[in-house]
Amino acid sequence: MSAGATGVALAVLGGSIRVSTPFLFVSLGECLTEKSGRVNLGLEGTLVMGAMTGYGVAYLTHSPWLGILAAGLVGSLLGGLHAVLCARPRVNDVAVGIALMLFGVGLAFFIGKPLIDATAPHLPALSLGWWSPSSAVRSALQINALFVLGLVLTGLVVVLLKRTRWGLVLRTVGESADAARAMGYDVNRVRLLATVVGGFFAGIGGSFLSLYYPGGWNEGLSSGQGLMAVALVIFARWDPVRCLLASLLFGGASALGPALQSVGMTSGYYLFNAAPYVLTLTIIVATSSTRRALGGQPAELRMAR
Amino acid sequence: MAAGTHTHLTSVETDAAPAALVETLRRTLAALRVPLGALVAALLVFGVFMAVIGRNPLEIYQQMFRGSFGTWFSFQNTLLRAAPLMLTALATALPGRLGLVVLGGEGGMVLGGLTAAVAGAAMKNHGHGPMAVAAATLLTGAVVGGVWVAIGGALRAYRGVNETIATLLLNYIAIALLNHFVEGPLRDPASLNKPSTLPIGDENMITSIPGLDVHWGLAWGLGACLLGWFLMQRTLFGFSARMIGGNVRAALLNGLPVARLIVLATFLGGLCAGLAGAVEVAAIHGTANASLVTGYGYTGVLVAFIARQNPLAVIPVSIVIGGIGASGGLLQRGFDLPDATVNVLQGILFIAILLSETLHGRAKVRAKAKGPKANVKMAPTTGGEVAA
Repeated sequence: MSAGATGVALAVLGGSIRVSTPFLFVSLGECLTEKSGRVNLGLEGTLVMGAMTGYGVAYLTHSPWLGILAAGLVGSLLGGLHAVLCARPRVNDVAVGIALMLFGVGLAFFIGKPLIDATAPHLPALSLGWWSPSSAVRSALQINALFVLGLVLTGLVVVLLKRTRWGLVLRTVGESADAARAMGYDVNRVRLLATVVGGFFAGIGGSFLSLYYPGGWNEGLSSGQGLMAVALVIFARWDPVRCLLASLLFGGASALGPALQSVGMTSGYYLFNAAPYVLTLTIIVATSSTRRALGGQPAELRMAR
Repeated sequence: MAAGTHTHLTSVETDAAPAALVETLRRTLAALRVPLGALVAALLVFGVFMAVIGRNPLEIYQQMFRGSFGTWFSFQNTLLRAAPLMLTALATALPGRLGLVVLGGEGGMVLGGLTAAVAGAAMKNHGHGPMAVAAATLLTGAVVGGVWVAIGGALRAYRGVNETIATLLLNYIAIALLNHFVEGPLRDPASLNKPSTLPIGDENMITSIPGLDVHWGLAWGLGACLLGWFLMQRTLFGFSARMIGGNVRAALLNGLPVARLIVLATFLGGLCAGLAGAVEVAAIHGTANASLVTGYGYTGVLVAFIARQNPLAVIPVSIVIGGIGASGGLLQRGFDLPDATVNVLQGILFIAILLSETLHGRAKVRAKAKGPKANVKMAPTTGGEVAA
């Protein structure tokens, strides 16, 4: 019994790191974008386009790293498109996001059709469990390279937002576009940059799906990670470090179902798939109030009140 | 004297009626100009895209028209696809009038479809006739869909939770619930390849509208749009809703029960989405399974935005979008294009139409500059104002 519990805990840990990686990248990107006062709901499309591009380029060049880079670049393009569209007057950023989501997913399925049968090289993983005789521990500590990159990026985003002039300008634009304008900053340009970088991150997050886990390219690859990242950012109160923690928590909640299934608890498997969403909703409900805005929330963010 | 007044009045009326009609027509045409331009622009961009990958765009346009509006058969196919879109679009459009951005149509549709199938099968197994089964199916689906989306509205109204995020999360929870019940407790043991709930029975399915190959779901969609328009434009509820969308502080100061109206509007929107799910079950699948997760909910969000949250405008927009979807089969077979081709075109079209909102803005500014009266336009999609 206790061996089973340990197994579940290890599987949840390993699964948490594995599942959380795309969430981490997309939510870090969305965090930057939202800090500038705009919501990009189109990251679902960016994610799927990133998955397709990363897989295609890795297949053609035999290098997963070039695939990741290409995925990021395509993500930036889509982010740039979102920013340019939203910079027009009277254009609703939530609606543009959903349009880009449908467009990105459609385009990825369209271009990526021949890739379904192709085999691309996988991303390498770091085996941090070499010391352990237990195979469960070893497989749980197979840390993929992108997760490590994500940890580094989290630190970089924290420094960027809190310790640099760039970050200050970005936050100013997100808090009060008028103040930023009065200081001579081009609000739309700052938001363009923030959305382009956010798209780059989301594209990389997508390439993880096709190049590492679950791996391969097919039309059911994404299960809404791009949309969920938007909720995760709110959940994380627009803080990069909390984005990391929220992604891990979300990943762990997602890994609970498969982990329990692996030890023979199959009833309610699909119900456990709802766990991350229920958890997110519960925490958002518990911390929200009609009296005040959430802490850390950019005041210019239209969708958040 | 009295007779004189009388003739005078009637002459004014007869003069005014055609003038008003002309004015309405002129305004309708002016309102249609921009979205039609966007439609043409999107088709052009799509044509360039097709030319780049080595296809003849003119042939593709021709086939698309044939597959969507060109023949009676394809037009009926278009209407079949438009029907659920009308209903899911209302899930966003009705709360949209209060300035809310609700994405919950997908979840309302999925959960509405699931419970509709369960209620229908239960009625059938108790030996009830087709009318009772159909009534139970549709009613249950609609009410459950309404309650589901209204949870998002209530969280917004009473807890200050952002309704966009809440309804988004509810969608995923609804899909997980569907999978759980279809694969587990409610699975029909006879459904082997595709886990489904117990069937509601072929004899209890919704039939086609007489003379058409289109089921009654289309009538439900059209009726809901008309009712939605009447509700929003001609009733006290609609007036209050639009007032909240325009300025929530003014609405509160006037003593409007803002929180209750938010819950009611999201309930009505969800009612439509749930009905869409119930119709899918009762007219097409006959049971609830993974086919209920169609993405109609998200397409409906965009239909609502393109229709500028106007329930009446939802009808033509749904038909155009349904037509693009219907043309997909022909493109797939005739040109060996992936079925995602129409999704690409839909994406381009949505982007073009949303971008054209900018032009609407310009036209309005110009009109404002000309006329002495300020043209006060409520912006129903500004989410920022609702803070119950």
